[in-house]
Amino acid sequence: MSRVILRCNLRGLVRIVGAAAVVSIAIGSAGRADSPDAALIQKGEYLARAGDCIACHTNPGDKLFAGGRPMPTPFGTIYSTNVTPDPQTGIGAWSADDFYSLMHRGRSPDGGLIYPVMPFGSYTKVTRQDCDAIFAYLRSVPPVHQPNRENQLRFPYDNRALILGWRTLFFDEGEYKPDPGKSAEWNRGAYLVQGLGHCTMCHSPINALGGTSESRAFEGGLIPMQEWYAPSLTSNKEAGLGDWSLQDISELLRTGVSRRGAVYGPMAEVVYDSLQYLTDADTRAMAIYLKSLGEGSPPGVAGANVPPAVGSLLMALGKTVYDAHCATCHGAAGEGMPPAYPPLAGNQSIQMSSAVNPIRMVLNGGLPPATSGNPRPYGMPPFAQILSDDEVAAVVTYIRSSWGNLGEPVSAAQANALRSAPLD
Amino acid sequence: MAARLEACAACHGPDGQGTDNDYFPRLAGKPAGYLFNQLLAFKQGRRRYPPMNYLLEYQSDTYLHEIAAYFAAIRPAAAPPSVPTVSDAVLAHGRDLVTHGESGRGLPACVRCHGPKLTGMEPAIPGLVGLHASYISAQLGAFRYGTRTAIEPDCMQVVAALLTEQDVSAVAAYLASLPFPPDPSPLRKGSQVTPLPCGSEPNP
Repeated sequence: MSRVILRCNLRGLVRIVGAAAVVSIAIGSAGRADSPDAALIQKGEYLARAGDCIACHTNPGDKLFAGGRPMPTPFGTIYSTNVTPDPQTGIGAWSADDFYSLMHRGRSPDGGLIYPVMPFGSYTKVTRQDCDAIFAYLRSVPPVHQPNRENQLRFPYDNRALILGWRTLFFDEGEYKPDPGKSAEWNRGAYLVQGLGHCTMCHSPINALGGTSESRAFEGGLIPMQEWYAPSLTSNKEAGLGDWSLQDISELLRTGVSRRGAVYGPMAEVVYDSLQYLTDADTRAMAIYLKSLGEGSPPGVAGANVPPAVGSLLMALGKTVYDAHCATCHGAAGEGMPPAYPPLAGNQSIQMSSAVNPIRMVLNGGLPPATSGNPRPYGMPPFAQILSDDEVAAVVTYIRSSWGNLGEPVSAAQANALRSAPLD
Repeated sequence: MAARLEACAACHGPDGQGTDNDYFPRLAGKPAGYLFNQLLAFKQGRRRYPPMNYLLEYQSDTYLHEIAAYFAAIRPAAAPPSVPTVSDAVLAHGRDLVTHGESGRGLPACVRCHGPKLTGMEPAIPGLVGLHASYISAQLGAFRYGTRTAIEPDCMQVVAALLTEQDVSAVAAYLASLPFPPDPSPLRKGSQVTPLPCGSEPNP
């Protein structure tokens, strides 16, 4: 299973480790309660969750933090590294300074350059104190002797010297600087979103050099190798949260579902592995910051209207398909029955200029992640095996332009192209 | 529970009874341990089928147990068995392997693990009735080529490696031709001693 997200240059999308590993972590920390470092380790474990380290550094169902997870990128395959305290193959011989240098500067202990698939462009914002806690936690997990795998990058990307150029263009070293004009909660949210959360790895456009430009941070983009669209967090026409309530944002982050919509695709992984473990106070702080990103952006969606002739044909077929397959759960008027069945009317992720996500949801279906706040998710069936390309295009066009939605129409060719999108 | 599992119904039928599609198997009535093992194998990628891997990736083991128990407990009616498209000689060869195996090759009969009525045994040996020939044949191929794996020792990989292409076609055709039994419940745990060690079905 190697669906990976390539972020700014390649962020490996992560996968989840089984619940067994999660349980063992919890038991592990409880067992260390007497140790003087217990509080530090516990804090580090929490911060490692916030940073979603597990997603890349653990193969699903395999040993915790032993690495070796393949991350396909447009430049070749990169393998995540062993971050257990094994002295030969992990980070057992590292000092806290070494770890901070990696997180903050993107350099390994020998001064070598790290590929930015490791999101040090975000982690550089993490404080020294928090880095030390994460390091203490990683030192406390069971050591695994497992040598790192050689990356398989194509020429010329196998030359690490190229990273210098990338760094010049896209890397700004420096811890997060609080904005004195904002509340403590806002600053906490900004710290988590910009730093450990490394949200910009997906939610910013990626250019041909595999970089994201700070001026376009959080503006959204298609995730390379995965063919999911990570919507803009600054535009209310996409996933901007300017007109969401703080409670809805916080619930979406922590449980995966809300009254406004559910997470799916790569974001389901982020909630499953990372966000569901955060405190209410931290998800609320993130909600406050995220909501502020969308404020000032115009509400609603300004797509083109469906051309009348094509529109009437597409819309008639779309309504037929919708009434037969979708209306039972999502309602005759797209009102849904949240949180089990998300509303489609007024749902931003349906109307975005990129139609990739709604097309893929119809083709592949999906389940929100199982979280402590939503342990038994309701699932959406896949329809790829039932509906033709024309029917998929028609029903997606119908939901994008009914009930006040203003998305643009979708073609059968677009639907067909996404049938081969990677699912793993 | 059925409402939560609409995503399963699309391919496996509203009650997990299977559909007329060759490759979407019946789930209902199979032992819960078997169903859980498969759900976990799809989640972790040990069993490869991207649409299933994708759906299960972010589900908890607790929920997977609950899904398995749900399908194990229901007993929807089955479709009539398929009319064989192979010769009587091929069917007869299939019946021989299923009921007697071939000791000269070290090939155990299917019934020795999957039960005399081929309805499986709790907790984790699946029934083989009510499935399409193409599905059975594809699974035996997947065991042989390693796209479907179980916890070691992987007994079905051993068995599949002993089968020729002709054996696979014959066994699949014969199993698919069997009428669905009035009571498809699996044997109770330990009802019979199985001939091979299986990681997913430890011997008592």
